[in-house]
Amino acid sequence: MLKVLFFASVREQLGCAALDLEWPDHELDLAGLQENLCCEQGGQWRAVLEQDNMIRAVNQAVVPDNCSLQDGDEVAFYPPVTGG
Amino acid sequence: MAAPIPVSVNIQTLDFDVAALQRLLLAGSGYEGAVVAFTGYVRCSNEERQVHSLELEHYPGMTEASIARIGQQAAERWPLLGASIVHRIGKLSPGDPIVWVGVSSAHREAAFSACEYIMDYLKTRAPFWKKELGPKGEHWVAARDHDSRRAARWDEDSTP
Repeated sequence: MLKVLFFASVREQLGCAALDLEWPDHELDLAGLQENLCCEQGGQWRAVLEQDNMIRAVNQAVVPDNCSLQDGDEVAFYPPVTGG
Repeated sequence: MAAPIPVSVNIQTLDFDVAALQRLLLAGSGYEGAVVAFTGYVRCSNEERQVHSLELEHYPGMTEASIARIGQQAAERWPLLGASIVHRIGKLSPGDPIVWVGVSSAHREAAFSACEYIMDYLKTRAPFWKKELGPKGEHWVAARDHDSRRAARWDEDSTP
Protein backbone atom coordinates (compact mmCIF):
# COMPACT_ATOMS: atom_id res chain seq x y z
CA MET A 1 0.00 0.00 0.00
CA LEU A 2 1.20 3.49 -0.82
CA LYS A 3 -0.05 6.40 1.26
CA VAL A 4 -0.20 9.67 -0.70
CA LEU A 5 -0.81 12.93 1.18
CA PHE A 6 -1.64 16.41 -0.08
CA PHE A 7 -1.29 19.57 2.00
CA ALA A 8 -2.44 23.18 2.04
CA SER A 9 -3.37 24.79 -1.29
CA VAL A 10 -2.53 21.55 -3.14
CA ARG A 11 -5.10 19.70 -1.04
CA GLU A 12 -7.69 22.38 -1.71
CA GLN A 13 -7.01 22.48 -5.46
CA LEU A 14 -7.33 18.69 -5.73
CA GLY A 15 -10.17 18.34 -3.22
CA CYS A 16 -8.21 15.45 -1.70
CA ALA A 17 -6.20 15.15 1.52
CA ALA A 18 -5.03 11.56 1.24
CA LEU A 19 -5.13 8.48 -0.98
CA ASP A 20 -4.30 4.87 -0.18
CA LEU A 21 -3.09 3.12 -3.33
CA GLU A 22 -2.54 -0.59 -3.88
CA TRP A 23 1.08 -1.39 -4.54
CA PRO A 24 1.32 -2.30 -8.27
CA ASP A 25 2.82 -5.52 -9.57
CA HIS A 26 5.73 -3.64 -11.16
CA GLU A 27 8.44 -1.19 -10.13
CA LEU A 28 7.30 2.32 -9.45
CA ASP A 29 9.11 5.62 -9.01
CA LEU A 30 7.90 9.03 -7.89
CA ALA A 31 7.54 10.31 -11.46
CA GLY A 32 5.56 7.21 -12.37
CA LEU A 33 3.28 7.64 -9.37
CA GLN A 34 2.61 11.25 -10.32
CA GLU A 35 1.84 10.27 -13.92
CA ASN A 36 -0.53 7.54 -12.71
CA LEU A 37 -2.36 10.04 -10.51
CA CYS A 38 -2.71 12.51 -13.38
CA CYS A 39 -4.09 9.83 -15.71
CA GLU A 40 -6.38 8.12 -13.21
CA GLN A 41 -7.77 11.16 -11.41
CA GLY A 42 -8.22 13.37 -14.46
CA GLY A 43 -9.68 16.83 -14.06
CA GLN A 44 -7.10 19.38 -12.99
CA TRP A 45 -4.78 16.89 -11.26
CA ARG A 46 -2.13 17.28 -13.98
CA ALA A 47 -2.23 21.07 -13.88
CA VAL A 48 -1.92 21.02 -10.09
CA LEU A 49 0.73 18.31 -9.68
CA GLU A 50 2.92 19.69 -12.49
CA GLN A 51 3.16 23.17 -10.93
CA ASP A 52 6.80 24.35 -10.94
CA ASN A 53 7.04 24.97 -7.23
CA MET A 54 5.57 21.64 -6.07
CA ILE A 55 7.52 19.93 -3.32
CA ARG A 56 7.52 16.13 -3.06
CA ALA A 57 8.53 14.13 -0.02
CA VAL A 58 8.97 10.37 0.34
CA ASN A 59 8.87 8.95 3.87
CA GLN A 60 9.04 12.50 5.19
CA ALA A 61 12.21 13.48 3.34
CA VAL A 62 12.11 15.98 0.47
CA VAL A 63 12.99 14.46 -2.91
CA PRO A 64 14.22 17.14 -5.34
CA ASP A 65 14.12 15.00 -8.49
CA ASN A 66 12.95 11.42 -8.68
CA CYS A 67 13.41 8.28 -6.65
CA SER A 68 12.22 4.70 -6.66
CA LEU A 69 9.34 3.79 -4.36
CA GLN A 70 8.60 0.70 -2.28
CA ASP A 71 5.47 -0.89 -0.88
CA GLY A 72 4.62 0.89 2.37
CA ASP A 73 6.09 4.26 1.39
CA GLU A 74 4.43 7.56 2.32
CA VAL A 75 4.50 10.22 -0.41
CA ALA A 76 3.47 13.84 0.07
CA PHE A 77 2.86 16.68 -2.37
CA TYR A 78 2.85 20.23 -1.00
CA PRO A 79 3.53 23.87 -1.85
CA PRO A 80 6.52 25.88 -0.57
CA VAL A 81 6.38 26.09 3.22
CA THR A 82 5.41 29.20 5.14
CA GLY A 83 5.86 28.46 8.83
CA GLY A 84 7.66 30.43 11.49
CA MET B 1 32.00 17.94 15.56
CA ALA B 2 29.95 18.67 18.70
CA ALA B 3 28.04 15.93 20.52
CA PRO B 4 24.25 15.85 20.11
CA ILE B 5 22.42 18.17 22.48
CA PRO B 6 18.89 17.99 23.87
CA VAL B 7 16.61 19.60 21.27
CA SER B 8 13.07 20.01 22.51
CA VAL B 9 10.41 20.34 19.80
CA ASN B 10 6.75 21.00 20.60
CA ILE B 11 4.04 21.45 17.99
CA GLN B 12 0.86 22.51 19.76
CA THR B 13 -2.37 24.42 19.49
CA LEU B 14 -2.00 25.87 23.00
CA ASP B 15 -0.41 29.23 23.81
CA PHE B 16 3.01 29.18 25.42
CA ASP B 17 4.73 31.06 28.26
CA VAL B 18 8.11 32.39 27.15
CA ALA B 19 9.42 32.77 30.72
CA ALA B 20 8.61 29.14 31.51
CA LEU B 21 10.23 27.97 28.26
CA GLN B 22 13.41 29.88 29.03
CA ARG B 23 13.53 28.45 32.57
CA LEU B 24 13.23 24.92 31.15
CA LEU B 25 16.09 25.63 28.75
CA LEU B 26 18.28 26.61 31.71
CA ALA B 27 17.38 23.62 33.87
CA GLY B 28 20.42 21.91 32.49
CA SER B 29 24.10 21.83 33.18
CA GLY B 30 24.77 25.14 34.88
CA TYR B 31 27.39 25.90 32.23
CA GLU B 32 24.92 28.11 30.35
CA GLY B 33 26.23 31.67 30.20
CA ALA B 34 23.91 32.79 27.43
CA VAL B 35 20.37 32.23 26.28
CA VAL B 36 19.04 33.83 23.09
CA ALA B 37 15.34 33.48 22.37
CA PHE B 38 13.06 34.61 19.54
CA THR B 39 9.27 34.88 19.53
CA GLY B 40 7.28 35.30 16.32
CA TYR B 41 3.76 36.78 16.39
CA VAL B 42 0.73 37.00 14.13
CA ARG B 43 0.55 40.45 12.56
CA CYS B 44 -2.72 42.27 11.96
CA SER B 45 -1.94 42.76 8.28
CA ASN B 46 0.28 41.22 5.62
CA GLU B 47 1.12 42.78 2.23
CA GLU B 48 -1.69 45.30 2.76
CA ARG B 49 -4.24 42.56 3.45
CA GLN B 50 -6.01 42.85 6.80
CA VAL B 51 -5.72 39.63 8.79
CA HIS B 52 -8.65 38.59 10.98
CA SER B 53 -7.16 35.19 11.78
CA LEU B 54 -4.46 32.81 10.65
CA GLU B 55 -4.74 29.06 10.22
CA LEU B 56 -1.52 27.08 10.66
CA GLU B 57 -1.42 23.65 8.99
CA HIS B 58 1.44 21.14 9.36
CA TYR B 59 2.57 17.67 8.26
CA PRO B 60 2.32 15.53 11.42
CA GLY B 61 5.54 13.58 11.94
CA MET B 62 7.61 15.34 9.32
CA THR B 63 7.28 18.75 10.96
CA GLU B 64 8.67 17.57 14.28
CA ALA B 65 11.49 15.62 12.63
CA SER B 66 12.40 18.54 10.38
CA ILE B 67 12.71 20.97 13.28
CA ALA B 68 14.66 18.48 15.41
CA ARG B 69 17.09 18.03 12.52
CA ILE B 70 17.50 21.80 12.14
CA GLY B 71 18.26 22.03 15.88
CA GLN B 72 20.89 19.30 15.67
CA GLN B 73 22.46 20.94 12.60
CA ALA B 74 22.76 24.14 14.63
CA ALA B 75 24.42 22.17 17.45
CA GLU B 76 26.92 20.68 14.96
CA ARG B 77 27.87 24.15 13.81
CA TRP B 78 27.97 26.02 17.14
CA PRO B 79 28.86 24.91 20.69
CA LEU B 80 25.29 24.85 22.03
CA LEU B 81 24.16 23.36 25.33
CA GLY B 82 20.46 23.17 24.55
CA ALA B 83 17.79 24.20 22.07
CA SER B 84 14.03 24.39 22.34
CA ILE B 85 11.50 25.15 19.63
CA VAL B 86 7.74 25.57 20.07
CA HIS B 87 5.44 26.16 17.08
CA ARG B 88 1.71 26.53 17.27
CA ILE B 89 -0.82 25.13 14.83
CA GLY B 90 -4.53 25.68 14.36
CA LYS B 91 -6.39 28.97 14.38
CA LEU B 92 -4.54 32.05 15.68
CA SER B 93 -5.44 35.74 16.01
CA PRO B 94 -3.39 38.93 15.45
CA GLY B 95 -1.09 39.46 18.40
CA ASP B 96 -0.88 35.74 19.20
CA PRO B 97 2.57 34.17 19.49
CA ILE B 98 3.22 31.59 16.75
CA VAL B 99 6.76 30.33 17.31
CA TRP B 100 9.48 30.35 19.98
CA VAL B 101 13.12 29.41 19.43
CA GLY B 102 15.51 29.38 22.40
CA VAL B 103 19.13 28.27 22.47
CA SER B 104 21.66 28.12 25.28
CA SER B 105 25.45 28.12 25.17
CA ALA B 106 28.39 29.06 27.34
CA HIS B 107 28.94 32.35 25.47
CA ARG B 108 26.73 34.68 23.51
CA GLU B 109 28.18 34.45 19.98
CA ALA B 110 26.99 30.89 19.44
CA ALA B 111 23.55 31.58 20.91
CA PHE B 112 22.91 34.66 18.73
CA SER B 113 23.96 32.90 15.52
CA ALA B 114 22.25 29.59 16.24
CA CYS B 115 18.91 31.17 17.11
CA GLU B 116 18.89 33.09 13.84
CA TYR B 117 20.00 30.02 11.87
CA ILE B 118 17.23 27.86 13.35
CA MET B 119 14.57 30.46 12.51
CA ASP B 120 15.89 30.97 8.97
CA TYR B 121 15.87 27.22 8.32
CA LEU B 122 12.51 26.66 10.04
CA LYS B 123 10.93 29.24 7.75
CA THR B 124 12.20 27.55 4.61
CA ARG B 125 12.20 23.83 5.48
CA ALA B 126 9.70 22.98 8.23
CA PRO B 127 6.42 21.83 6.68
CA PHE B 128 3.91 24.39 7.91
CA TRP B 129 1.51 26.44 5.81
CA LYS B 130 -0.35 29.62 6.77
CA LYS B 131 -3.76 30.62 5.50
CA GLU B 132 -4.97 34.13 6.24
CA LEU B 133 -8.66 34.83 6.81
CA GLY B 134 -9.52 38.44 6.13
CA PRO B 135 -12.30 40.76 5.02
CA LYS B 136 -11.91 39.65 1.39
CA GLY B 137 -11.84 35.95 2.18
CA GLU B 138 -9.07 33.36 2.45
CA HIS B 139 -5.51 33.69 1.16
CA TRP B 140 -2.69 31.14 1.36
CA VAL B 141 0.50 32.96 2.35
CA ALA B 142 3.18 32.61 -0.32
CA ALA B 143 6.77 31.65 0.44
CA ARG B 144 9.12 34.63 0.13
CA ASP B 145 12.38 34.79 -1.81
CA HIS B 146 13.69 36.88 1.07
CA ASP B 147 13.43 33.89 3.41
CA SER B 148 15.13 31.59 0.88
CA ARG B 149 18.02 34.04 0.54
CA ARG B 150 18.39 34.32 4.31
CA ALA B 151 18.62 30.54 4.62
CA ALA B 152 21.01 30.27 1.66
CA ARG B 153 23.53 32.67 3.19
CA TRP B 154 24.17 30.20 6.04
CA ASP B 155 25.22 27.69 3.37
CA GLU B 156 27.65 30.14 1.78
CA ASP B 157 29.21 31.41 4.97
CA SER B 158 30.22 28.45 7.07
CA THR B 159 32.13 30.48 9.62
CA PRO B 160 30.22 30.56 12.91
